[in-house]
Amino acid sequence: MAGKTLLSVRGITKTYQMGEIHVHALRGIDLDIRSGEFIAIMGASGSGKTTFMNLIGCLDKPSSGSYILDGIDVHGMDDAAVTQVRNHKIGYVFQSFYLLPRTTALENVELPLLYSKKLHAKDRHAMALKALKTVGLSDRAHHFPNQLSGGQQQRVAIARAIVNDPVFLLADEPTGNLDTRTSVEVMEFFQKLHSEGKTVILVTHEFDISQYATRIITFRDGRIISDVPNPEPRNAAEDLQKLPRLDDGEEVA
Amino acid sequence: MSVIGILRIALKSLTRNKTRTFLTMLGIIIGVAAVITMIAIGQGAKKVVDDQISTMGTNVISVMSNFTNTQSTARQAAGSGNTLEEADVEAILNQVDGVLYASPVYNTWGQLKYGSNNWRGRIMGVDVDYFLIRDMQLESGDFFYPSEVENGAKVCVIGKTVADNLFVGVDPIGKIMRIRNIPFTVKGVLRSKGQSTSGNDQDDVVIAPYSTASTRLIGARWRFLTIIVSAESKESIPIVQAEISNLMQARHSGTTAADFMVSSQTDVAEAASTVSNTMTILLASIAGISLLVGGIGIMNIMLVSVTERIKEIGIRMAVGAGKRDVLLQFIIEAITISILGGLIGIALGWGLAVILGKTMGWSIVVTTWSILLSVGFSCAIGVFFGWYPARKAANLNLIDALRYE
Repeated sequence: MAGKTLLSVRGITKTYQMGEIHVHALRGIDLDIRSGEFIAIMGASGSGKTTFMNLIGCLDKPSSGSYILDGIDVHGMDDAAVTQVRNHKIGYVFQSFYLLPRTTALENVELPLLYSKKLHAKDRHAMALKALKTVGLSDRAHHFPNQLSGGQQQRVAIARAIVNDPVFLLADEPTGNLDTRTSVEVMEFFQKLHSEGKTVILVTHEFDISQYATRIITFRDGRIISDVPNPEPRNAAEDLQKLPRLDDGEEVA
Repeated sequence: MSVIGILRIALKSLTRNKTRTFLTMLGIIIGVAAVITMIAIGQGAKKVVDDQISTMGTNVISVMSNFTNTQSTARQAAGSGNTLEEADVEAILNQVDGVLYASPVYNTWGQLKYGSNNWRGRIMGVDVDYFLIRDMQLESGDFFYPSEVENGAKVCVIGKTVADNLFVGVDPIGKIMRIRNIPFTVKGVLRSKGQSTSGNDQDDVVIAPYSTASTRLIGARWRFLTIIVSAESKESIPIVQAEISNLMQARHSGTTAADFMVSSQTDVAEAASTVSNTMTILLASIAGISLLVGGIGIMNIMLVSVTERIKEIGIRMAVGAGKRDVLLQFIIEAITISILGGLIGIALGWGLAVILGKTMGWSIVVTTWSILLSVGFSCAIGVFFGWYPARKAANLNLIDALRYE
């Protein structure tokens, strides 16, 4: 099911300078990710997985090495061009959702569109509503983040990540702030998007969560120590059936 | 991204944080309102002074005895300082070009009486030209005639204050009042002129023919003559003033130093407007300081707001906002706050000026330039003080911004 190579990372290193000490967060990573894969990046804290995610997400720049994203050499691009890449190619889902406060779910989802294409407000609304519908939140479009549960907020964040139809989704501990049932619900959405052909890259330290992916890469001390396929991933939709339901679909944030 | 799109984002961000927006605006509102009110008061005071100066008459030049320069340090007998003569009036009128009218003026204070009513007021002796020079209008009755001046008739014209105090409930015209115990017939009542530049009540006066006044009312020892002249036009004042000076110099060549002083309305007007302009500038600079403080307030709030919104900036940049988008958003927010605050400030300042004018009885003039000045200044503050935090926001490291707690 995996298609052409989407991401190609060669010899990437990242060194932070903290006073006199050089901290080697990444010590040379070679990795290819093909289109249509569902990847879980595992590792304890300090393993370099978050640094790696920031690099492939174009949120940060490597100290050395090359990075080809969807045929584009991102290394050496200027800020404005990298901004375009972030906007068009990557959809981010963060651990603490990162929704704008006092801004409705719909407006939050519209945000990437505001900064990209010249769209009419009407088209933007339609696209954002469609994305919200995908995550099952069309009825909450005009709610503010503080009126939504944690799971709903993360779904709004997923809607925001997919609204611009990026080439891959990058999720950093997306279930880190959620309870078990809501976590599985969120994973169900990722699996659904994956089954529709989206590439998903998930960073997590939870073993259970990684089992929903089709390929599991483990980091330790700035290096990849294992990179194995997961031919029989768990099915989030089935797991959800087994979990006890809370009253009337009420969720715990 | 288009500027209009960013404008929309900025406006949304402002309306979403109404308290913060209002507090930021408050500095500008107070600053602009203060500038407008202060300048309105300053300009109002200037207008009052200008109006008072215009009550002095049109193109007035006066010639006075110069007491200090007349003689040596030796003590003089009273009245000996008087160096001008009635003949000087004739000479000025006949020999100086551009002189329209000229009149001698005698001045004293004394007891005025009608029936049982007493009043102490100013007594003046003048020629008929005086009424024209000082642009005097009548409330009722008539001025005295040249023939009455020639004959030394015991007639007079009275000011409003004198009329109100002596003739309570009686029409003064044709009545006989006593000036320093000498009976005079009241011919007219003058229209009110209000206070003079120096704060004197210009309506507290009795005006009689100079011929009568100098012989009957004012003893020779106390007689000081002033000559009041009206020039043809405002432009001719300096020339006429100089010619009168020359003529008087020739006529009074016996004395070593100049024993007279020629001054014009323009001199007084200039001095007075210098004073009121200084006052306006003083008031405006006090107000300007509050405007500046308001601007610093904007910068403070903008800086705090940037810190508070570091995460928001991170999120916006992560989903595709460029440096330019963030910079523009913050600058537009600052400008919007300044302009809106400026407009509210204008309304508030204007209202305050009108209310002050009504309640305190002050004269208020809201000028266009004060509005333009304060609005221009507040916009400049918005851009200037908005730019620095905006640049700070735009230059944030994306990862640091996202992870900021």
